[in-house]
Amino acid sequence: MTTQDTGTIMSSPAGAAALGPLDACGAQPIILDVRGLSTEFVMKRGTVRAVRDVSFTVREGEVLAIVGESGSGKSVAALSAMRLLQSPGRVAAGEVVYRGKDLLSLSAREMRDIRGNHISMIFQEPMTSLNPVFTIEDQLTESIRTHLKLDKKAATARAIEMLRLVGIPSPEKRVKDYPHQMSGGMRQRVMTAMALSCEPDLLIADEPTTALDVTIQAQILALLADLRKKFGMAVILITHDLGVVAESADRVVVMYCGQVVEEACAADLFEQPLHPYTLGLLESIPGMDETESDEPLYMIRGMVPNPLNLPTGCAFAPRCDYRTEQCVREMPPLVERADGRKLRCFVDVTDTAPTPVAGEVAE
Amino acid sequence: MSEWNQSSVDEVPTMGSESQKADETLATGIVLPDGEIPGDDYDETLYEKPENQWLEMWRSLRANRAALVSLIFIILLVLVAVAGPYITPYNPIETEMSNALKPPSAEHWFGTDQLGMDIFSRVIAGTRVSLTVGLLAVSIALTTGIVLGAIAGYAGGWVDTIIMRVMDMMLAIPSILLAITLMAALGKGIDKAVIAIGLVSIPEYARIVRGNILSIKENDYIAAAHVVGLSDARIIFRHVLPNALSVIIVRATLGISSAILDTAALGFLGLGVQPPQPEWGDMLGRARGFIFQAPHTLLYPGMAITATVLAFNLLGDGLRDALDPRARIK
Amino acid sequence: MLKYVIKRVFMVIPVMIGVSIIVFSLMRVFSPDPAPIVLGQHATVESMDAWREANGLNDPVVSQYFTYLTGALKGDLGTSYYTKSPVTGEIFARFPATIELALAAIVFATVVGVLLGVVAAVKKNSIFDAVGSLFALVGVSIPIFWLGILFIMFFSGYLHWFPSGGRIDVLLKPAEVTGFYMVDAVIEGNWVAFNNALDHLILPALALGMYSMAIITRMTRSSMLETLGQDYIRTARAKGISETKVIGKHALRPSLIPVTTVIGLQFGSLLGGALLTESVFSWPGIGKFTVDSILKSDFPVVQGIVLLVAVIFVMINLTADLAYASLDPRIKYSSKKER
Repeated sequence: MTTQDTGTIMSSPAGAAALGPLDACGAQPIILDVRGLSTEFVMKRGTVRAVRDVSFTVREGEVLAIVGESGSGKSVAALSAMRLLQSPGRVAAGEVVYRGKDLLSLSAREMRDIRGNHISMIFQEPMTSLNPVFTIEDQLTESIRTHLKLDKKAATARAIEMLRLVGIPSPEKRVKDYPHQMSGGMRQRVMTAMALSCEPDLLIADEPTTALDVTIQAQILALLADLRKKFGMAVILITHDLGVVAESADRVVVMYCGQVVEEACAADLFEQPLHPYTLGLLESIPGMDETESDEPLYMIRGMVPNPLNLPTGCAFAPRCDYRTEQCVREMPPLVERADGRKLRCFVDVTDTAPTPVAGEVAE
Repeated sequence: MSEWNQSSVDEVPTMGSESQKADETLATGIVLPDGEIPGDDYDETLYEKPENQWLEMWRSLRANRAALVSLIFIILLVLVAVAGPYITPYNPIETEMSNALKPPSAEHWFGTDQLGMDIFSRVIAGTRVSLTVGLLAVSIALTTGIVLGAIAGYAGGWVDTIIMRVMDMMLAIPSILLAITLMAALGKGIDKAVIAIGLVSIPEYARIVRGNILSIKENDYIAAAHVVGLSDARIIFRHVLPNALSVIIVRATLGISSAILDTAALGFLGLGVQPPQPEWGDMLGRARGFIFQAPHTLLYPGMAITATVLAFNLLGDGLRDALDPRARIK
Repeated sequence: MLKYVIKRVFMVIPVMIGVSIIVFSLMRVFSPDPAPIVLGQHATVESMDAWREANGLNDPVVSQYFTYLTGALKGDLGTSYYTKSPVTGEIFARFPATIELALAAIVFATVVGVLLGVVAAVKKNSIFDAVGSLFALVGVSIPIFWLGILFIMFFSGYLHWFPSGGRIDVLLKPAEVTGFYMVDAVIEGNWVAFNNALDHLILPALALGMYSMAIITRMTRSSMLETLGQDYIRTARAKGISETKVIGKHALRPSLIPVTTVIGLQFGSLLGGALLTESVFSWPGIGKFTVDSILKSDFPVVQGIVLLVAVIFVMINLTADLAYASLDPRIKYSSKKER
């Protein structure tokens, strides 16, 4: 894709062409294949199974959104794939295949070679994700020198170019700054620059905009889209914000209670969600014109279950308006449908009417 | 900082739905609505109401075995100190020169010192001295420090500045040196030692209290309490003081151990008790010349000091861990 | 940054003045009359009066203080009641010995303390952590003077590895250039003397430094643990750099910053502890001198020593604070506006 020996960054026309139009989503070759990933946290109170048999794929150049609320396991899944999990968390089962190799079985050194180099990650809190006692230059050149083996001057030059690319003004001056001298939005750009400095194939962005102002949010998302076009890399965008998904994602994976409950192309998902949870999420978004002033806002009733005490059967059943006897008894498997979408549900919501049970949403 | 004590605010019923609310509920411990949802059996233990801070502390402490052992040991020491004269096999200050420097035996468990006094009895008798001085010195430092700190915190302005500058000056002189200098001014004797050691520790407690009182002006949760309508007095008593109290208790426990070390140091230098009264440090100081010919005279008093200080340190550490809210969410 | 430095330096001055007032009032105002102690209980009233007059003790307190203060600023700390020689000279003759001991102790405490603390934090809850923490706990609980006695008993009396006291074998004493025997020995090229001085230094330095080492270990451990839980450590790992670098560079640097403050404070406790250690090891420094002077009520000497020690301690803490400020970019560059 780029020539690494000169240390300069070239955009990749090949990458741009590889991105098909939206309705051809799912056509590109697969670069990351997560199969049956299960992660647990062993604690005094019990074992929390944060990720349960999660499988999804990421294709070259696409933006895959992983949506779910706090506690759904989306971040943990990403950290598990990157092997950045700290105890008491541990991966209990599964494979994470990147370009033919299972990341979970690589040696530590081989994994380090991948991180920051082929697969990068940016995190939610830009304010605390940069080391306060080192300069931006120091932190940027570190991964450049580790992976690209450039000397100090070349590395700094590349760092400055990266900063320019992410939209930081006067990068040659800012590179000598310390993190605390920058705003949150700036720091997130620096993080992005850091993650992309070695031109990875895949960028995992864990709620990159959650901690930022709405206006900055838009800027960062636009930046990510722009960089994706330039570098032709794939992005896993982890978020709980459906607005972000609608704006940026090609495909979507919906997670609930550590499981994948639905997977589809973004357009299809928004047009017709198939899982009651996804339905509920979309329904919960307050519309500007639809809601009558005296109508209560819709909320999915009930609570996320205690992770130490998950229901047998479908995890969402206690809160579901479409549930049946079978849902409470049995755990529905994740099924791939004829149209390529995946669904973990026994019920066909397009065909059934919801039957809200007693104990519904009160004022 | 202590948790926002939920029981002081009226319970707000909440409708559970998306997990944002769930997370908040988890954090604040508000009771869930009792709308029946079949199949939904949430586990009580994850959503329990926050309990009394002190009960939590006790529970956490109980789990810490080392701290528990120390507590038992200290209680034992207190008993020994109180029982003192009644349980010593020999009179601790009775000399018998013919019996001097005898190594440990069946009659004299710890042997005898250079004046023929039974070391075991002297070690036991010394317990009373060390514990008393430790407690008294810390009490002096505590009360004076709290008062000064409170005044500094409330009054603010130049009163605050002056008091804290004086504290700084006291801290500018290493504590043992200051204590010794005070002793030079006050004269020898165990009572003067108590005052000296006590005075030297004042700045520590003054700072803690002042810091906590200043937080009334600054903390977010205090501002929130104001918004909800709690008066200053109520805030102080329900929120600030309990938090300050827990820090003070930890420091005081550790303060006792350093007071005991300082006492022994002064005794070692000959500035503490007057002969022939038994005191661990003093015993070490006087037996120094016999280091090679009668090591037992130096071993046991030193072990007594170390064991006692160790116990208080372990207890203090255990208390600190028990009172740290972060450690509670395990 | 410069503003911060100036501010800190200025804050030191009132503290120093305050210390001098405290020391002075303790010795002249609150102490018992030194005349009977110095001259003996059988001295006549007239001779005691004359002595007091000669030593300026009959002047008003405030003027006594100013005499003392102006003298001190010029370097004259008064005259010993006993030896009649200037206090300043007496102190500086013995000073290098104590400094040598204190320096050796702090170096030991810092190097070993930081090492143990880092290992304990990185290998949390392992056997290393348990042993290290236990070691530190005992270290803060054991009285310095007793530790010294134990060292002498074991390493000197039993193993015969080290001498039991003193600073150097008298016959080997090198020519006095700096007053630091090891330095002087090197200057002279006298390796026998150097070794001998080192032998004498090891036990007292270890005994003196143990407490501080324990404190530094605990502080480093908790500081490292806190740093290791920070987000930026996760970022560092996500970049794919070696774990050694993550710990040694990204975690260690921020962790050491608060430790500098602790080191500064420990120096003060070392100066205090030197009193005890010098006593145990018959180390000819100012510690022993201080204790003797206090017991003899030689107030000018005590005043001089306490003032000097306080000044040194304040200076060291100032240096530590400034080091902290220069190491932590958030303080160093806080004047720059956030963009």
